[in-house]
Amino acid sequence: MKRRLFLKSAMASSAVVTAVGAGLLTPNMVFAASDAFKATSDAASSAAAGAAEGTFKFKAPKIAENGAVVPVSVDASKMSDVSNISFLVQSNATPLAASFNFSGALGFVSTRIKMGKTSPVTAVVTAGGSVSAITSEIKVTVGGCGG
Amino acid sequence: MGKIKLKPKARKGVIKVKAIVKHPMETGFRKDKKGELIPANHIDNVTVTHNGTKVVDADIGAAVSKDPYFQFQVPGAKGDEVTLAYTDNNGGSGSATAKSK
Repeated sequence: MKRRLFLKSAMASSAVVTAVGAGLLTPNMVFAASDAFKATSDAASSAAAGAAEGTFKFKAPKIAENGAVVPVSVDASKMSDVSNISFLVQSNATPLAASFNFSGALGFVSTRIKMGKTSPVTAVVTAGGSVSAITSEIKVTVGGCGG
Repeated sequence: MGKIKLKPKARKGVIKVKAIVKHPMETGFRKDKKGELIPANHIDNVTVTHNGTKVVDADIGAAVSKDPYFQFQVPGAKGDEVTLAYTDNNGGSGSATAKSK
C-alpha cells in the first residue's frame, strides 16, 4: 500500500515539474509590466552589458535581511552631465527596477527596491553620453515579492 | 493614491530632497488569501521640479519597494520650492510641494 502511495505522489510532482518546464506556469505571463517599460528594461540591460567600470559610488548591502526593502544608492554627484541612473536586478522577472533621468539635479539617487532572491544588482550611470556600471551581489534571505 | 512626505533641506548650495510616497506598489505577482492574483498597482513615473523647472524624471518599475523612498540632490538654496509628483499604472496620481528649509 505504502509503495502505491509513494508512486502516486511521485507522479503528481513530476507532472507539476513538466508543466513549469512547458511554460504553463511562468509568472512572466501574468506580470503586468507595460510593454514600454519592458522595452526600457531590455535597452537598459544591453547598455549595462557593454558598459565600462564605473567610477561613481554604488552603495548596497551585501546581505539584505528583507528582500522587500533593499536600500540602494548611487552617488555620481562628482561626475558631470549625468543624464541617467538606473538599477537592474538581474534575477528579477523584469530586471529594470527604476530609471532616473536627470535634467538639472545632481547625479545622486537613493531608493529601496524589491528583490525576489539573491542576485547581482547593477547600477548604470549615463554621463556625457557614455555609460558606466558597477555590479554588486546582494544576498537575500527572505524574498521580496510575497511569493 | 497616497500621501507624500516631502522634506527638502538645503546645505552648502545643494538641496537634499527626501521623499516617501505612500503607495502599495503591487507587482501583480502576489496572490491574496483566495489564491487570486492581486492586480499590479504601482507608481510608474516620478518627477521632481525645482522652482518650476523639471530636474528629475524617473521611470519606476514594480520592483521598487512599497511606500517608496527617494532621495535626490538638486543645486539650490533655502526657500526654493521643490515639487514631487507621481503617476501610477492605474491612472492615479499625486503631488506635493515644499519649501526647502
